[in-house]
Amino acid sequence: MRIRLIVIALLLQISSVAQADVYEKTLGNGLKVIVKEDHRAPVLVQQVWYHAGSMDEKTGTTGVAHVLEHMMFKGTRKVPVGQFSKIIAAAGGRENAFTSYDHTAYFQQLHRSKLALAMELESDRMHNLQMAEKEFNKEIKVVMEERRWRTDDDPHSLMYEKLMATAFSEHPYHHPVIGWMIDIQNMTAADALNWYKSWYAPNNATLVIAGDVKASEVFALAQRYYGGIPAVKLPQRKAVGEATQLGIQRIVVKAPAELPYLIMAYHAPTLRDAEKDWKPYALEMLAGVLDGNSSARLNKALVRDQQVAMDVGTGYDSVARGPGMFVLEGTPREGKTVGDVENAIREQLALLVRDGVSADELQRVKAQVMAGEVYKRDSVFYQAMQIGQMESDGLSYKDIPVMLRKLQSVTAQQVQDVAREIINDDQLTVATLDPQPLSDKPRHTGGASHVH
Amino acid sequence: MFTRLLSIAILLGAASTALATPQIQHWQAASGARVYFVEDHGLPMLDAAVSFPAGSGFDVAGKVGVANMTFGMLDLGSQGMSEDDIARKLADIGAQMGDQFDPDRAGLTLRTLSSAAERDAALDILAHCLQQPLFPDAILQREKARLIASLKESETQPESIADKAFAKAVFGVHPYGWRTETADIEKIQRVDLENFYHAHYSAKHAVVALMGDITRVQAEAIAQQLTANLPEGDADPRIAPVMIRIEPSEQRIPHPASQSHILMGTPGIARNDEDYFPLYVGNYILGGGGFVSRLMNEVREKRGMAYSVYSYFIPMQQPGAFQIGLQTKKEQADESLSLVRQTLRAFVDKGVSEKELRAAKQNIIGGFPLRIDSNKKILDYLSVIGFYELPLTYLDDFTAKVEKVTTKQIHDAFKRRIDPDALATVIVGVPKADGQSATGSRSGGIGTAGSGEGK
Repeated sequence: MRIRLIVIALLLQISSVAQADVYEKTLGNGLKVIVKEDHRAPVLVQQVWYHAGSMDEKTGTTGVAHVLEHMMFKGTRKVPVGQFSKIIAAAGGRENAFTSYDHTAYFQQLHRSKLALAMELESDRMHNLQMAEKEFNKEIKVVMEERRWRTDDDPHSLMYEKLMATAFSEHPYHHPVIGWMIDIQNMTAADALNWYKSWYAPNNATLVIAGDVKASEVFALAQRYYGGIPAVKLPQRKAVGEATQLGIQRIVVKAPAELPYLIMAYHAPTLRDAEKDWKPYALEMLAGVLDGNSSARLNKALVRDQQVAMDVGTGYDSVARGPGMFVLEGTPREGKTVGDVENAIREQLALLVRDGVSADELQRVKAQVMAGEVYKRDSVFYQAMQIGQMESDGLSYKDIPVMLRKLQSVTAQQVQDVAREIINDDQLTVATLDPQPLSDKPRHTGGASHVH
Repeated sequence: MFTRLLSIAILLGAASTALATPQIQHWQAASGARVYFVEDHGLPMLDAAVSFPAGSGFDVAGKVGVANMTFGMLDLGSQGMSEDDIARKLADIGAQMGDQFDPDRAGLTLRTLSSAAERDAALDILAHCLQQPLFPDAILQREKARLIASLKESETQPESIADKAFAKAVFGVHPYGWRTETADIEKIQRVDLENFYHAHYSAKHAVVALMGDITRVQAEAIAQQLTANLPEGDADPRIAPVMIRIEPSEQRIPHPASQSHILMGTPGIARNDEDYFPLYVGNYILGGGGFVSRLMNEVREKRGMAYSVYSYFIPMQQPGAFQIGLQTKKEQADESLSLVRQTLRAFVDKGVSEKELRAAKQNIIGGFPLRIDSNKKILDYLSVIGFYELPLTYLDDFTAKVEKVTTKQIHDAFKRRIDPDALATVIVGVPKADGQSATGSRSGGIGTAGSGEGK
């Protein structure tokens, strides 16, 4: 009882904090500017989130969102190639960018005195990018190297890529964010430019500034640097989706490795209405009950007690533009198979569906969520990330405290109900890694070492 | 009255400079542990770290891997708390335990809410893990099996294969060059962990870092609580000297991956080296400065040959590695290798320009506030300052030391430290043309990692 009271007290305190010091304004050209004031250190972060990611791509040019992200550092009429990074560096800044299925974002972290500079540069490349063939031809090679490094030579990423391509046969999550190699090879500067002209516009972006700033000053600067960029008529976004899966799907990926690996992915909903939805919150809790700490169900049962697996994990992300997946993964112990791990995971899921979760387990996950809300305030960057992601993925930063409240109100019954609903073989895709020897010599078996 | 004046002084100090650094309080606990504390009530949380000179560099021949296993089992069972109790109790209060383990250092970190109930419970668990570990044998057997499996996995992955060959080529028989083998793990007995723990986890060599929402009085009690019942411990906290000069070597290790993983380097500098700042600033220009370094410019920006290429020094108690690394498709591995060598040679021979130095200083000095903009980052600095016994004014002096670096110092320091003709080079995933003639490696176990790929 005591613990419960503390948590409620914390909740109230944090909910008010989470909303405090956040200000928003939409410029005449449609650019939404959100400011999170945080005066703990004399630093700031600028993030521009474009609401276009790989899920907006077309067949044949997969990966173009990410290629354009690379090209955004390749110069404008005013700021020649290489200068963007040099100017930010000379200002003491750190910068980078990232592309996902749902969005593409650019950021700089700087001393608080450098906001105007960061805005001048970022607003310039929002509408003045040059797409020089020469630069494109070099950069596309960098992207191919990135793909080799991230995916082609990494058995687990490769497997995840194949899993997504299987679980989603219609929805564009079918395609990897970095794109298929053949599409990267065939991509042209015109493809990248076309992407830029289609999606890079103030009315398709959110600007997030967090740190030691004053909102009124940020809005004035934003008006000055971004205000004059014309809005663009955006391409029509057709509704995309995934029809109901009609039965279990299994794939095998062979790659050079030692240990087999298993991923089980169930289709699952994501958050659409922060106030009314309940399943995504229950799924977050379910993931926490299964894998929220090292004595949570999966690790305790599979790694510690039964010793079937050497590692297990659970993944679920409730915030996404597209559909979600509830993912379980594991690596068998030596002498055990992926089948053993799959059976052991299924056994745990069945127990959960049958008997539900205990109040203690649920409370434990909630305590971690609440503490996490305090800890996140130690990072200005992360706070900006969370705002930008919510805004880009069809929700609002105003939903952040709503989500927190809803997570706290999830009941054990809801966790059991949602588990019962999504743990369904017909909605399951199973991928296994079949490890291949590096050479053609026969694989060793059993526990003996092959090194000495 | 006194406190009031003091806080006004601090306020004025903070207002007068944008580079206000945290006020580090330092003392020795009754236990003998050295304590580094920054009081900050901005967030209702506390970060703590307790470190010992008990990293993998303290392993001895024949017992490789014991340091890591001892450390890994600290939170897997202690007096009155099973491994599940530890994990559950931490989760119940939303506390997070983390670890820092490298060749020098073994340290546990803790992040907790600072409200009394949560904080006290979290610190009690940390104190248990540090002072009363049980090293249960059944759990040791399980962890050995897990580690062996993960070692076997890493022996198939190009990055790990390269790291292992590189460490051996750079450090030879020095513990910095050792990488645990499955046979080492198989040999580990519970008594090894007990012995290692009792020798190396002593209060007199412990460093306690505390950052956050507690008072000095509380910090003093906490530091004592975390270290009062540590073992006596008589192990030497020093690691044997590293042989600085190495013979040049090149290993080509076949692998079926599409890219070659290339590492190149030599023993670099120790943490307390007087060349630290010239080398740090110089390396920013060579390959440490993200998108604007020379290596990045030559390899990626001008030629599109790699996604990532970098260089760094790893300053340790003894000289850690100076290392250059990149991944590139096999067909152009040799071309990029010679490009990197050329770039390094030109850098060492000719040094850096005033313009490059100015740009480097602008970034490092201008970016200084980003280094200390969170409790987490400040905690990490406290740990490092304590562990390596850097001056308490390290953060205050940082920008001035960078500012003082000259092009001549950089040139001079690199010339003395880095001999482009005496580097260890490792290429995992060899170009097809010489796939058959791959030279055997100088180091024993490596060749078994793969042979005759790409047929």
